[in-house]
This record gives sequence, structure tokens and C-alpha cells, in this order.
Amino acid sequence: MTEKLVVIGAGMASGRVIEHLVETAPNAFDITLFNAEPRGNYNRIMLSPVLSGEKTYEEIVTHSDDWYAEHGVTCRFGEHVVEIDPELKVVVGQKGHVPYDKLIIATGSAPFIIPVPGKDLPGVITYRDLDDTNAMVEAAAKGGKAVVIGGGLLGLEAAAGLAERGMDVTVVHLMGHLMERQLDEAAGYLLRKDLEKRGITVLTRASTKAIVGNGQAEAVLLESGETLPADLVVMAVGIRPETRLATDAGLTVARGIEVNAQMQTSDPSIYAVGECVEFDGHLFGLVAPLYDQAKVLAHTLLGEPDAFVVSDTATKLKVTGCDLFSAGDFADGETREDIVFRDPARGIYKRLVIEDDRLVGAVMYGDTGDGNWFFGLIRDGTDIEEMRETLIFGPAYQGGASSDPLSAVAALPPEAEICGCNGVCKGTIVDAINGGAGDLGAVRAATKASASCGTCTGLVDQLLQVTLGDAFELPTAQPICGCCDLTHEDVRRLIKSQELKSQEAVWQELGWKTRNGCHVCRPAINFYLLADWPLEYRDDPQSRFVNERKHANIQKDGTFSVVPRMWGGITNPRELRAIADAAEKYDVPTVKVTGGQRIDLLGVKGEDLPAIWADLNKAGLVSGHAYSKGLRTVKTCVGTDHCRFGTQDSTGLGIKLEQVLWGTWTPHKVKLAVSGCPRNCAEATCKDVGIVCVDSGYQVGVAGAAGMDVKETERLADVPTEQEAIDLTVAFIQLYRENAKYLDRPYKWVAKVGLDWVKVRVVDDLDERARLIAAFELSQSIYRKDPWAERAKEAERFQPLADLTLEAAE
Amino acid sequence: MTWIDIGGIEDIPVRGARKLKTALGCVAIFRTGEDEVFAATDMCPHKGGPLSEGIVHGQKVTCPLHNWVFDLNTGAAIGEDSSIQTFPVRLDAGRILIDGAQLAGRSAA
Repeated sequence: MTEKLVVIGAGMASGRVIEHLVETAPNAFDITLFNAEPRGNYNRIMLSPVLSGEKTYEEIVTHSDDWYAEHGVTCRFGEHVVEIDPELKVVVGQKGHVPYDKLIIATGSAPFIIPVPGKDLPGVITYRDLDDTNAMVEAAAKGGKAVVIGGGLLGLEAAAGLAERGMDVTVVHLMGHLMERQLDEAAGYLLRKDLEKRGITVLTRASTKAIVGNGQAEAVLLESGETLPADLVVMAVGIRPETRLATDAGLTVARGIEVNAQMQTSDPSIYAVGECVEFDGHLFGLVAPLYDQAKVLAHTLLGEPDAFVVSDTATKLKVTGCDLFSAGDFADGETREDIVFRDPARGIYKRLVIEDDRLVGAVMYGDTGDGNWFFGLIRDGTDIEEMRETLIFGPAYQGGASSDPLSAVAALPPEAEICGCNGVCKGTIVDAINGGAGDLGAVRAATKASASCGTCTGLVDQLLQVTLGDAFELPTAQPICGCCDLTHEDVRRLIKSQELKSQEAVWQELGWKTRNGCHVCRPAINFYLLADWPLEYRDDPQSRFVNERKHANIQKDGTFSVVPRMWGGITNPRELRAIADAAEKYDVPTVKVTGGQRIDLLGVKGEDLPAIWADLNKAGLVSGHAYSKGLRTVKTCVGTDHCRFGTQDSTGLGIKLEQVLWGTWTPHKVKLAVSGCPRNCAEATCKDVGIVCVDSGYQVGVAGAAGMDVKETERLADVPTEQEAIDLTVAFIQLYRENAKYLDRPYKWVAKVGLDWVKVRVVDDLDERARLIAAFELSQSIYRKDPWAERAKEAERFQPLADLTLEAAE
Repeated sequence: MTWIDIGGIEDIPVRGARKLKTALGCVAIFRTGEDEVFAATDMCPHKGGPLSEGIVHGQKVTCPLHNWVFDLNTGAAIGEDSSIQTFPVRLDAGRILIDGAQLAGRSAA
């Protein structure tokens, strides 16, 4: 028989109950879902990224309208429940009655409003749901000053989001340090420092006396007498269970709605779940225990035995760049001992609290990569006596294993918890992967691991890597590498918005887990920094692959190839003689004409490079950058100079373009061509930028490819003059430099942003075009130089440090 | 041990390396971001890549040819069943000293 189930409140806990029910027993219940908000269930934990602009609401929807329809859930969204009649077993909504056999109260919590004068003024908002978030986004759009009352998890996420959106934010916190329930003073200090660095003012031991304003919040008055001007006041001092309906219905309510271990209230037909409940004296605000409750409640409703137990939870702050972790109990005590690790230079602080050879608490700031491992030790009460010496360095240092993150993950036992939000352990995830879940999305769908707050995404990826080995391919929206949790796009955005101007700033502020990156991330970060801050940051050769550091291409035998630039493919006897002389002098085994219309000297020894460059320099030859992620060549045909079909001076334009663009660093290599007529002898239509001359002017095409992929260029614009063709090319390259992911060729980047997006900025918006050209010229004022000439001056660097074979001979 | 002075730490770029010629081939001398020095064979066991041309990160180096990563403390190739030989090297007042006995031992081997 189908029973009538009514659910009041579409939050994360009740959403999980409904999921369990429709998945395991789709026909057991006829479900009606009330929600005061005019929408269904979304991932509330992710409101902070929505506030900061890193995600959109659409991205955090858990259950869409289609999902409810598909599972036959009757939705009454935007409708408040007036009362519950437990005698008649009826829920009274604003738009009518609904009878029930079983009822779930999942009304969540309400923000606690401190009872000060002015608390009801317009411009004072709380931070609980999407409407609050949208109100903050809207207020932030006007700019101005914001005061956030409350320096706990929610308050700080609100403060960071508002600051990210450009507001001048002050946090007012009653206690001595931020997040005092989760952090000790030292970690609170580092957090405060990080927040202050991004322009947020933090006032601790500050008590709010009143909010003042004339018809609109204008300032916050503190007990100390200080007045803080405020266009927006966010109250985030805490939450209390929302129990009104339960109290009115006569259920037993203490601080929250009292439930037994089966989530049943004092009325056997009524259950409660989530932040509104009180169990054994505990209230719940974090998602992991709520999901446990949801599972227990679903089992109870289906007549399966299960019981809820309270377990420890771990906390992470979802503010990009503030990496903190806290779990267990870390108060001082006579029987307790601390292990502390600090690295002030890197803003890292770790503290472990040990009692009776067991870990009881852990606080970490700045490096939380091992958080889940420590949390596992706390929860399982593991005896840590034997690993005590190296405990604070984490799992990678236990048993003498290497510090490779993959081996750390591989070493975790199957019962180690990976996803704290959903209580998913390693074994479950590995089983799912072995059962065919081959990527992150599939693992999420099968296990829910990393589907809530997402902080364990990196761990799940590593499990995929460990389990699948070479069969695993990192999907595109993944962190740059194991050193961080951020995608290339996130890092680029944060380097701009947080004005990170050095590698150290990136490592520290974006929570890098390694000392100075690795061979995957460091070249990318080096490029992003020099592209965004050309004057403040200088290219770091030690963060470049050998070819770009040596300004020559390494060959498989460790020798190098040397390619001088031939502007537009034009050369002369003097240059050719110099090349021939150099080839003979340095015993170059292979001389080859390249596809880019120049000459390659292959097989030059590393220590000969400065000398061969100096010789080539003397003949006026400079580096062809045949090794760089930068401008390679501009291939041309002879155009009007000689060709009977030529329509414009294609060679001349090619030389001009090469002289403007050479020396610049770009996300990946850039190749150009200019053809003098549509016969296209220079093969311009498969280049990153290809210009085809016609009678009426110049057809500028971009985003072609002729490598692993072959792709024809797309037309950016047709322009009448040579100068406009140059301007469009420069603006396009600069837009690519400012926005593309490292190692994306222009065609890949354009496929992501769309040609229209590019056209608006490069072709249509003349101010933006001018800005791009000016930004490019600024950067070129530093990089339009011959690297060979500079390196030839420091020739000793290319020699061995010392030669012990000589000493041996003496 | 017979410590031989092979140069100053400033002669090696930060997060970089220089070659040291020895009787039986090149040894790479690495300098990390935190001014630690390490010495190891300048040849990747995979395809012979010159490790002194690799990117130095943390206490590791990545081979420039195919991105094998080596722990400079142990010489172990991470994720591979292979390793490079390392040599005792130390810093004394900014001078880099390498154990000549080890290098001699190597040439004798």
C-alpha cells in the first residue's frame, strides 16, 4: 500500500531522505514536499562560492524540477506551512490541507538575530539561503562598506565573498579570535592575517550595541563607542533550530525538536531530521551528521532497523586561499600533550593534541592536505605511540614511504574516510571505480563522494589515479596538479583579483601543498604572473622547461638545436654565410630547413651554445624562439614583390608582424602566416593567426591548427588596411595571453570562450582593442629582446661547475 | 671522507643545477629553493636525459625529456622501479663540498 508522506522543508537533510526513499522503494510513498523558499533542494554548503562569484546557483542545484517530476514528488514550493494537526494527521499549508500517514519535519534552522536596536532596518540581512545570498550580491554590486557581525564559519565566508565582490568589509567578532569553536588562537591569528591581506578589517572582542540609520542601515555602533559606517550589515552570529511548527503541534521540544535514535519525535507518526532536531542533547549544523540522520530516517520509514549515533565532525572553511582544518577537541588539559609544527614563512601552523597515546584533536592552517588522515586517527582512536615522532608530518612519512601524494592515498586503509560530508570511505570508492566508475562524475554519482562541499575532490582524483593507473585521464575541470585544489581558470582569476605578484604569494595564498610547485604547475604559474603583472613580476627561467631556459631545443641525446630568426622567411647571403660558418665551427652534424621558413642547426653541445649565439649575433641574427611558448614564425609568400597574382605586400606584412610580436611569452606556441592572395601559398588558413590578402584588404583568420588536430582558421574580421590587420593580430594575441590556460593553443582557447566573445573584445569594442594593444606593448617593453645576446654574456653558466677529471689527471 | 670544494652556492641558480665533470661522467649539483644542495648522477635511467637541465621543485627534480621525477634525498624515481646514484655533498660557509672518496669509489666500481 502506498503511504502518504509529507515533508516540510526542502533542505539537504530531507533531500537526502527523499533520495534514499525513491531509490530503494520508489512506490512505497506518495510524497508531498513543502518548502517556504520558492525552489527545491540545493547544496547550501556551496552558497559561499555563489556569493564570491565562483559558482552560479544553477551549478549548486541538487534536485531540479525535472528530478521531482520524474520521481513523482508533489512540490509545494514558496508555500509556508501554517500548522500541523497531529490529531487529524493533516498539514495545513497556505494553499490548502494535505493529509499524511507519515510526516517529516525538516524546517532547518533560523539565523540568530541579536536583539539590538536597528536589527530590523532595511540593509540588515542574515546569511542562510539563496535569497540572502542574492541580496548580498545585489548590495555588493553597488559597492561601499559592509559590516559582518560574527567571525564564525558563515560570517567569514560572507565577508570573503563580499570582499571578492569589491566591498570594503569589516568583521565584528565578540570573541578573542576568529572561529574560536573550531580554531585555537594561533590558527585564528593566521586566518585573520590572511583575511586582512585581502583587505578585510577584523575587529575581535567587539560587541555590537546598535545598528543605526534613517530608514536604512547606515552604521554599526559598538559598545566601545566606535562607529562603523555600513551600507550593508550581515548578521551571522549563529543559528537556532526552527521549531515553531513542532512546538505548536505539541511535540516535545527542548532547544530543538527532540528525536530518538530512529529520528522519531514524541508523536510516532512524525519524524524530524536536520538542523531542527535535538538528539541526546546535541544540535547539528554540519552536513555529515545530517546525512547520517537522513539515512537512518529513510531506513526507519522503510521498516529497516537502524540507529543514529553522534560522531566527531571535521571542519573546513570554504574561502579560497584560506586553508584550514579542525577536528576533535583541542582544549588544553593536564593529561594532554601538544605536537606543534609552525612554518611562519609559509603561514603554516599544525597542532595535534594527544591524550593517552591517542590523537584527540587536530588544528591545521595553511597546509591541510593530511586533514582527513588525522581525522581518521581521531575518530578511530588509533594508538599513535609508534608513529609519534613523525606523526605531524602526515601519512606520507609513516613507514618511510616517499612523500608522493599518490603513495599516501594508496597507503590509506579501505575504511579510511575520504568524503567527510557523505561518510564515504576509500573502500566504497575503490569498489565503485572497479565497478566501472571511470571518472570523477561517475564516482560522485555512484558513491556521493565529493558531491557536497567538494574539498575531497583531489583525494577522489588520486584514488582514481591509483586504482586505474594509466587508464585514468584527468578531465579538464581538474586542479592544475597535485600541488593545489584549483583549476587553471581559478588560479588565473585569483592572480588577477587578489593581485598575486610573486610565486610565493601564489603558493601561500592559494594553498599550495608543495614548497614551490612541481614541473606541472610552476611553468604555468610563472607564465600567468608574467602575463598579468609584466612590470612587477619577471620571468623565472628556473620555472621553465629546459628548452625555454636554454633558449634552444633539447634533443634526445642531450644536445641542442639552434634556429636563428629569419624575419618573414627572408634572408640574405651574409646571414647564410654566418650560419654556414657556425655550422662548420661547432661541428653541427645536421642542418635542416624547417617548415617555418628558416634553418635549424641540430646537435649543438650545451656548453657551445653561448659561443654559437655570439657568432650568430655578430651577423645580426637573433633567436628564432623555435623552443618557446611564444611567437615562432610568420610564414609568408612573396606577394606583390614578385608574384603575378599577389594582391598586397604579404612579405612586408609578415616581417612587420614578426617584429612586433617576437620575444613575447604566450600560453603555448603561436605560429602565423600571411598569404598574398587566396591561392594561399603560405598556408595561412591553418595557423594560430593567418592573414590572407585580397584586393580589398586583409582577411584576418584565427584559431587554426595543423598539428595533432587539423582545423581551418575562423574569420575574425576583414579589414582594409595593413595597420588594422596588425592591430587585430596584436589585440588577439594579448587577449589570448591574458585569458587562456597554459598549454592551450589559441584554437583550443577559442573553442572554450567562443569566437563571438573574442570578436566583441578585439574587433567591436575599440576601447578594449586599444587597451589590449597598450598592454601588449607594455609587456613587450621588457620581453622584446634577444635572449641569446643576454645569455651569451653569462657564458660561464653553461660550463660545468667544476671539472674533477682534470684534478684526477694531475 | 675527502671533501673537495667545487664552487660557491651562488654559482648555481636557485632551483637549478650545474654539471660537475668527474672521471666517469657527469654529476649534477642541485640547489633547491631553500638553498639545500644535492648531488646525483646527471643521467636519467630511463632514456639518459640530463637531470641538470630539469625543473627543481621541493627536494625533487623532473627529467627534462619525459618527466620522470627523482627524490634528491634518496635518488629514487617516484612511481618507477628505478633510481639514480646520489653523492654526499655539503655546504660550508657558502662553499659546496663533495665527497671525493665517493666519486673515486664510483670510478673504481
